[in-house]
Amino acid sequence: MSNGLSGPAPDERPTPQGRRTPEGVRIDPEAEAQPEIRRTTLSALVKHEPGVLAEVSTLFSRRQFNIESLTVGPTTDPDRARITMVVEEPEPGVEQAKKQLAKLLPVVSVTELGEDSIERELALIKVDGERPDEVHAVAEVCDARTVDVGPRALTVEVTGTEPEVDRAIEAFERFGVREVVRTGTAALARGTNETANTTGEP
Amino acid sequence: MGTPPETEQTAEAAPEGVETGAQAVVEALRAAGVEYLFGVQGGAIMPVYDALYDADDLTHVTMAHEQGASHAADAYGIVSGDPGVCLATSGPGATNLVTGIADASMDSDPMVALTGQVPTAFVGNDAFQECDTTGVTDPITKANYFASDPDSVGDDVGTAVALAAAGRPGPTLVDLPKDVTAAETDRTPGEPTTPETYHVQERADEVAVEAAAHAFEAAERPVILSGGGVIKGDAHEELREFAFRTETPVVTTMPALGSFPEDHDLAMEMAGMHGTGYANMAITHCDLLLAVGCRFDDRLTGGIETFAPDAEVIHVDIDPAEISKNVHADYPLIGDAGTVLDQLDEAVEDAPDADEWRAQCREWKETYSMAYEIDEDAPLRPEFVVEALDEATGDDAIVTTGVGQHQMWAAQYWTYTEPRTWVSSHGLGTMGYGLPAAIGARLAADDDQDVICIEGDGSFLMTIQELAVAVRENLDITVAVLNNEYVGMVRQWQDAFFEGRHAASEYSWCPEFDKLAEAFGAAGFAAEDYDDVPDAIEGALAHDGPAVIDFRIDPGANVYPMVPSGGDNGRFALTEEQL
Repeated sequence: MSNGLSGPAPDERPTPQGRRTPEGVRIDPEAEAQPEIRRTTLSALVKHEPGVLAEVSTLFSRRQFNIESLTVGPTTDPDRARITMVVEEPEPGVEQAKKQLAKLLPVVSVTELGEDSIERELALIKVDGERPDEVHAVAEVCDARTVDVGPRALTVEVTGTEPEVDRAIEAFERFGVREVVRTGTAALARGTNETANTTGEP
Repeated sequence: MGTPPETEQTAEAAPEGVETGAQAVVEALRAAGVEYLFGVQGGAIMPVYDALYDADDLTHVTMAHEQGASHAADAYGIVSGDPGVCLATSGPGATNLVTGIADASMDSDPMVALTGQVPTAFVGNDAFQECDTTGVTDPITKANYFASDPDSVGDDVGTAVALAAAGRPGPTLVDLPKDVTAAETDRTPGEPTTPETYHVQERADEVAVEAAAHAFEAAERPVILSGGGVIKGDAHEELREFAFRTETPVVTTMPALGSFPEDHDLAMEMAGMHGTGYANMAITHCDLLLAVGCRFDDRLTGGIETFAPDAEVIHVDIDPAEISKNVHADYPLIGDAGTVLDQLDEAVEDAPDADEWRAQCREWKETYSMAYEIDEDAPLRPEFVVEALDEATGDDAIVTTGVGQHQMWAAQYWTYTEPRTWVSSHGLGTMGYGLPAAIGARLAADDDQDVICIEGDGSFLMTIQELAVAVRENLDITVAVLNNEYVGMVRQWQDAFFEGRHAASEYSWCPEFDKLAEAFGAAGFAAEDYDDVPDAIEGALAHDGPAVIDFRIDPGANVYPMVPSGGDNGRFALTEEQL
């Protein structure tokens, strides 16, 4: 193929000094580009209507946002539901996730909860029933409750922050954990801070 | 006595109110100012078509295929600025629209799709021609609605139309179950409005504007990057005014072709993968980039690491989610393009001191000129064909294209000076877009505007059936096929990156497009030599109705400059050896 245009070849052209990270941030050309991963909790107030959860979850999957947990439930307003998500993303991923969420029409508002927010997760842990007394003892230490007692299996309920629940599950592992179910994190802002702006104004 | 007067009155008088869900749909379209619809009939949408039968003020164009309907509506939206509307039945009708909806979504074009659906009682039962249309189109629409109530179906449609054009435009869809459109209602839809949860910020924050203005004033090598949002936001006048006053060189993205006059001294034209060398040099070496209404697509930026690496970025966009998505914005300005450009114009007192930079840009325009040589005895150069068409048509002529090499030549070698004259598939890259788009563009354009569809042989064959529609509607469109009997862009990449192994890119036989045009009832022309070109163009333009010119171009012609995918914009290749 003979055609083409004339002009200096790439190596004969001046080159600029600068460089950007793969995230598009201008950096010192000598610096190592190492994006920091951020783990945070997002709370979205949404219209309580069919399809909202699907819209939110397909958004996260198609934009490849890393989502650790997602919970959804009603609020005191029958027309509103609250979705709480724990996301783990390098910047600007977290900011993007917030802005893309806010763009969905059924989403009324999105708040990123600070580190001092109240976060709780519930887990049900089913263990072998051979040593019920020891299970009760561990449950007491972990602030867990026994919710089902059978001849072959016991189920305990534990509530706490995600690491607390992790530790509790670890503690019960010595009895032989048969099954675990976890709800994912639910969270509210502390004190009088609002978790979500209810007016819908950005 | 003749016919009883009552009967005569019923036949003539326009209905005072609506009687069915379908009539509410039509009434909502009317209230939203819709004039044209593009669609294909089918079972579940029949009640809507039946209501359209009486609507003399709404023109429906029956397309050959639903994909054509969606592209025609998309192009209508691009040229007119008002949402283009397409209609289809449930199931395959709706899925055939999907390509066009995705195309409109990627390019932020105002478009509304109305789809029939099986009756509500059958939904979820895998009924005949059932498809979860709202589910399928959720990721590619700005919003979609499943109309569940005849009393609110009209409002659903009104909202969809209003939303498609508001803020950052995009496609919306309303799924219309047959029982809902057939059901009785007397609810006339209200004024079309956007939903309460939809917010658009028109003016940028004043403090942010001040900061951006200071950065701009301090720049030594400023460049304006005009994006598609400048055209969609009707901000081309504000952009031109700002560029002229501050004497700032202007680079455009592909969707922004026409936002700035390419024959102006400050015009650096299109940047990116097949942008001009001078545009890519300007972007690569600038120290301030004022980007307006663009989303920093990878075909523009090449590798992010080397994109405008010395530049502070002022990013004006109406969509906050575009800020710092791909390229970090040092000065984000959220708002309507024209409004924010006015704010900036006011805040910038002294234009940057950039005489040297302008001289450098001018020099690059010489050094990396797009000029090419012609050998009269060699096969036709596609660049020549594009320039000949440009010369033979008015300044406000509209160009539509498919996707591939022909699209790039059309972008590079036509001189765009007016907004809404370039109609193409940018983000999704949909081959076959050109002809159905020309149909939509023709109906949105003024009668004295030429509409030229530049297509490739492979791309044209994907939607060629729409020629039947152009003939049936007697639409004055000239289709110029840049025929190289290849899927040319793929062939070019195979030569550059796959050792010339032409897998599935060569056509051992191609139809004669001039004859095929005649079979459809259009006028057909062919041009093989340079001498044939003027007559073929003249004949096609003079023909009142659709005409097709089969330009047998150099099969070896490649598109240059070229920045390989993910490459450094400043290291664009001018020949294959440089790739």
